[in-house]
Amino acid sequence: MIKTDILIIGAGPTGLFAVFEAGLLKLKCHLIDALPQPGGQCSEIYPKKPIYDIPGFPEVLAGDLVDNLMAQIAPFEPGFTLGERADTIEKLDDGSFVVTTNKGTKHHAPVVAIAGGLGSFEPRKPLIDNLVNYEDKGVEYIIRDPELYRDKRVVIAGGGDSALDWSIFLSDVAAEVTLVHRRNEFRGALDSVEKVQELKKLGKINLLTPAEITELKGNGKLEELVAEREGEEIRLETDHFIPLFGLAPKLGPIANWGLEIEKNAIKVDNTLDYQTNVPGVYAIGDVNTYPGKLKLILCGFHEATLMCQSAYQRIYPDKKYVMKYTTVSGVDGFDGTRKEAPKAVVKTIE
Amino acid sequence: MSDITIKITDREGVTHEVQAPTDMAMNVMELVKAYELAPEGTIGICGGMAMCASCQCYVNSDHELPEMSPDEDAMLAEAFYVKDNSRLGCQIQLTDNLEGLEIELAPES
Repeated sequence: MIKTDILIIGAGPTGLFAVFEAGLLKLKCHLIDALPQPGGQCSEIYPKKPIYDIPGFPEVLAGDLVDNLMAQIAPFEPGFTLGERADTIEKLDDGSFVVTTNKGTKHHAPVVAIAGGLGSFEPRKPLIDNLVNYEDKGVEYIIRDPELYRDKRVVIAGGGDSALDWSIFLSDVAAEVTLVHRRNEFRGALDSVEKVQELKKLGKINLLTPAEITELKGNGKLEELVAEREGEEIRLETDHFIPLFGLAPKLGPIANWGLEIEKNAIKVDNTLDYQTNVPGVYAIGDVNTYPGKLKLILCGFHEATLMCQSAYQRIYPDKKYVMKYTTVSGVDGFDGTRKEAPKAVVKTIE
Repeated sequence: MSDITIKITDREGVTHEVQAPTDMAMNVMELVKAYELAPEGTIGICGGMAMCASCQCYVNSDHELPEMSPDEDAMLAEAFYVKDNSRLGCQIQLTDNLEGLEIELAPES
């Protein structure tokens, strides 16, 4: 069982910044995220896009913002459970919570802060009739272990970066890689497109465009795909089919945690501390709603800060505390590091 | 302040006639959100960067629309339920010449 002070569901910018604010109060944090890397939408959807409304940053790339947040919170040594979705919550007699992921990892904390954005990212599945029949029998939507494809025949569908990048990567692992896309053009980084072009010339990637997979065949497991290219039917013998059409966020199991939900978001008390209707469970950032709510990263930072102060009071109800300024008190990391403003030098003028 | 009238058919098949400002640099996706014609979290997920296709719509009138950018074109190439008249709502800016525009939201995917 992983134990922490504040268990944060969602490792996007709001969840990450909460670690810093909690750290100033000497509270430890652990984050759970369904994605394999921290950063939420900033990392998953638009890492190379600029953001212009982070106070103090005239312009910052979403990916750089995440890198900076990770550097800022590093002294507070947050724990991460990545690639797992928080599925269930259980309230213990002492008022603390146990949150279990879809892989069975258990986390115990007196405070839970949901910073889940629009929800956990689930793969978008193409509309092929019998696709679901072959899930885990040759069909995977997320590549977790590339070794699974060693010396196997693989068909990848999609036209974005992940389809291109995985085709490139697996061309060195799999026996055969075929990339299928509805268009001849790909939406991805130029160097990835060029690399696929080069691997195609070398015969390491088969490119099938403009084409679509229309049917899956096999006995108990995937054996063959049927593709259609400009009216022509093409059959592809294969061991694996990996459709990579991006991820879409779904509120998912959190919707069943007994929290008051409105407009696909969790209702919180914005006049006080962003607590939900379940005492000890907070919701911060894009996942919450209240009158006048704005889904902005900068609002998430503010909400995270107030949540931490309230969490401190909940964990230590008898301790008196006042908020401190980092410029005055410095930042003491759990890793033993200390940041502080240089001391002023006092000199006498004679 | 100038307004145009636009007909939006939601995902339940209900058509709404709404007034849309043309002086606020708004697009069709934002208009749908402003009038709450699709549940929160099911439209405009990427915020309007032509990167998620959650605002895909079918254009049912013959208005002259802004030309499709390579980004929008490529995103539609990966979207589902795409038809010949599919566009991304976030890429259609509300301008005076769109008076009477008729659009229908594509199914959620």
